[in-house]
Amino acid sequence: MAYLSRDEARALAGRVLGMSRAEQARVNIISGATGNTRFAANQVSTSGDVTDTSVTITSAFGRRVASSTTNMLDDASLRTAVQVSERLAPLAPEDPEYPGELGAMTVPERNAVFASTAELTPEARARAAAEVTTLAAARGLVATGYVEHRTGSTAVMTTRGQFAYQASSNANFSTTVRTPEGTGSGWAGAGLFDWNELNAREIAERAIEKAELSRGARDVEPGRWVTILEPTAVANMVGLMTGSLGARSADEGRSYFSRPGGGNRIGERFLDGRVTIWSDPTDPRVLSTPFSGQGLPNRRQVWVENGVLRSLTYDRFWAQRQNREPTGFVNGYYMEGGNATLDDMIRSTERGLLLTRLWYIRSVDPRTILFTGLTRDGTFMIENGRIAYPVKNLRWNESPVFMLNNIEMMGRPVRVSPSESSEVSAAVVVPPLKVRDFTFTSVSDAV
Amino acid sequence: MRRRDFIVRGAVAGGALSMLDLRALLAQPARRDDFEFDAQERELAFRALDAARAAGATYADVRVNRNRSQSVSTREQQITGISDNETMGMGVRVIAAGSWGFAATNALTSDEVARAARQAVAQARANALTQLRPVELAPAEVTPNGQWSSPIAVDPFEIAIEDKVSVLFGANRAAQGVRGARFVSSFFSFLREDKFFANTEGTVTNQTIYRTTPSVSVTAVASDGSDFQSRESTDLSPRGLGWEYVLDSDLGGNAERWAEEAVEKLSARPVTAGRYDLVLLPTNLWLTLHESIAHPTELDRIFGFEANYAGTSFIYPPADFLGRFRYGPEIMNIQGERSSRGGLSTVGYDDEGVRPRDYLIVRDGVLNDLQTTREQAPWLSDWYGQSGQAVRSHGCSYAQSWSDVQFQRMPNVNLLPHPDRDVPLDELVDGVENGILIDGNSSFSIDQQRYNAQFSGQVFREIRNGRVGGMLKDVAYQLRTPEFWNSMDLIGGRSTYWVGGANNDGKGQPSQINAVSHGCVPSRFRQVNVINTGRGA
Repeated sequence: MAYLSRDEARALAGRVLGMSRAEQARVNIISGATGNTRFAANQVSTSGDVTDTSVTITSAFGRRVASSTTNMLDDASLRTAVQVSERLAPLAPEDPEYPGELGAMTVPERNAVFASTAELTPEARARAAAEVTTLAAARGLVATGYVEHRTGSTAVMTTRGQFAYQASSNANFSTTVRTPEGTGSGWAGAGLFDWNELNAREIAERAIEKAELSRGARDVEPGRWVTILEPTAVANMVGLMTGSLGARSADEGRSYFSRPGGGNRIGERFLDGRVTIWSDPTDPRVLSTPFSGQGLPNRRQVWVENGVLRSLTYDRFWAQRQNREPTGFVNGYYMEGGNATLDDMIRSTERGLLLTRLWYIRSVDPRTILFTGLTRDGTFMIENGRIAYPVKNLRWNESPVFMLNNIEMMGRPVRVSPSESSEVSAAVVVPPLKVRDFTFTSVSDAV
Repeated sequence: MRRRDFIVRGAVAGGALSMLDLRALLAQPARRDDFEFDAQERELAFRALDAARAAGATYADVRVNRNRSQSVSTREQQITGISDNETMGMGVRVIAAGSWGFAATNALTSDEVARAARQAVAQARANALTQLRPVELAPAEVTPNGQWSSPIAVDPFEIAIEDKVSVLFGANRAAQGVRGARFVSSFFSFLREDKFFANTEGTVTNQTIYRTTPSVSVTAVASDGSDFQSRESTDLSPRGLGWEYVLDSDLGGNAERWAEEAVEKLSARPVTAGRYDLVLLPTNLWLTLHESIAHPTELDRIFGFEANYAGTSFIYPPADFLGRFRYGPEIMNIQGERSSRGGLSTVGYDDEGVRPRDYLIVRDGVLNDLQTTREQAPWLSDWYGQSGQAVRSHGCSYAQSWSDVQFQRMPNVNLLPHPDRDVPLDELVDGVENGILIDGNSSFSIDQQRYNAQFSGQVFREIRNGRVGGMLKDVAYQLRTPEFWNSMDLIGGRSTYWVGGANNDGKGQPSQINAVSHGCVPSRFRQVNVINTGRGA
């Protein structure tokens, strides 16, 4: 097996803690195999298969703490890593926020290994790539894309008796198809746990259709537009907000979620009443690691319910300080939707824009979670209820909290490939959205 | 006995040491600090090459890397993290049946590296399923015993952890002493990478690369809680140097200034959107150069290999641009190099054993050359033939670790000083009636073909009639690459040259980070579009 089983992880963690002379210690182990295949210009360009196991030991003397990591698993190297952390810790000043290691606690469990993903071969990856390149080449188009899969395990053990283990599989498939003269470009992709669920042909056809439809893009006026965001673009935006949920920065007055005059905005309605966002590491749709690096359980948590902020993320120190329970954290999430289809959204739009995905997203103003970025690989004008013609890509300056207050229609949530790099990532399930007043600030000539 | 055993024992068995020596020893984590790739690692590398050849590879290369990194992070007068990490393994890359294959493992045993080599060959054969053109490599000089090390004066891993903490706490204290500065966080990170490379053509290189990163962030909060503003230390860039770089950085003095500027931002005047002349200090311009010149001149991007993530380039087809495209005025010369002292991309040999040479990407304002690896240089053979140059890689191959396949990454890409005279900053400001001086880099975003970009900064000061005035806030400038660089009408001279850079330039799938420096001079751009980024709900 290319990753450590529960028993192997427990034995290795025990071996490492057995070397520890610290007052408290914790060991974190990550092991697994990743495989990838890239294709470009209608052929496989590079690929890779990697196996690795890393062991991190954290040693504490009183509140003096340091950690050390190694991926060499012989006794001498592990002992060296333990000793490095034990040498560094006493030299460090006290960390008044060190909460100590956790004792035994139950963590939620659910098998997240899928054999089809764990056993994926380079040949199967190349065949998936060929499904796209063959179709693209037959249409005189040029396909580029990426297949990635990972199956591995993560484990944590403390000297106070906590042990938690999880093994999981994940995969991602994406392609960008371009016209040979560079005037059109279309993207499609999917994130999945089970490789058997991949429909490479459907993804290829979607990207090909967008590439062909996006030829000859016309100019468009920047400004505030009625905008239909496909699910990938929605995830690109909503992830900016779920990444800003820290309670501490809110309580310290340096977050959108700070309440003017002190405290935070938990309990306030801050989004459209239809917005509900939750995470749950054991839900089959959004499986993720059900514990933190410290071994704290990560359970189902509702972050936004009917537009109301229900929780921020509290680590153990800040929770204790604020007299609350520590929360889990957002590691993949589910955003509830509605019943509209993408076609319904288009048909109901007199004049608006349709976006496929967003790119080069960077923070502009943390006070409003305002970010900038661009559209890419399929941006279209909608007129009188249909896709009228492709338009040039646009730079936007927008905030997910503004966007989620401007919702017109919501569709059915689907799992997407949420990262700009189309890599394996935590599962994100979001609906397509139609919103008003999405703010675009300039036009780009990039195709 | 392996060296690591010896050092561990050596460190704990020193009963007769003086307290001073003991403290120094304890401060040194017992890693293999005198690490050299010994005979065992070398033997494993050759074992992998032999296994690849035996399995049918027509070319193979092996990298054995050991990366040691250490980070110390703080907020105010507290520690928030101390870690010391190492990762070691071997990556083997092959060409078989005309396709690439790559496999990597952390298990450095004879059997395992041979297995990885055979796996890479099998993978290459699988990849040949879609092959249209087999991979061909430009010829490269064989270097049988290449040696290179970063030119550090003081090894950061030999500095006691208390001394590192003390410097950070000192900087934090200096910032906290400024009225209105509420929060300060800071960190150091240090990297030492030992990199052994061998290929089936007989090139063998051994390098030791260091990087040192100091960083401080100060946040000021308005007394009524209505606003907060941060100042990041982006005018202090990471470097390929040692602890001496930290000592030369005056963190305490700078932290006080950064705190003062964070506080001043709270009362800065919001900018009025419109067209302004911009004087961009090198602390800001390096990132604009990185995004709008260094990235679009990557040849893999130009040929569509990064279309699914990092994007393509407006420079296409390259034959229409090389020797023809006016990137900017005649005073503009853009250099690619991996040789500058302290440069983050500086090495003796790249990750396919090529010794990089300095060259001009833009000469007198016109596009002159591009960034290449051995696979890519032949793609430009027509241009190299026309311009009388050999078809040779520019040495731009790089992988972030043993577990990642090497591919084309940018060298240090620099805007060279004014070619004729040592123009001072004052002269740039003198010629501006209505403009903005921008210091430090902040928010940055550019489209996937590198046309449309938006950049912000850390500190903005208005320029009126040749004089620098009060502070502005909520400023970002938007540009279209060709027009922007052609609006540059004056650049600083050699005494104004400054080197910025970053450790985290992302590209590739899976995304790999590259560390790269960009030297540049302050420069003046006419009539650039400025937007106001402040926005209410």
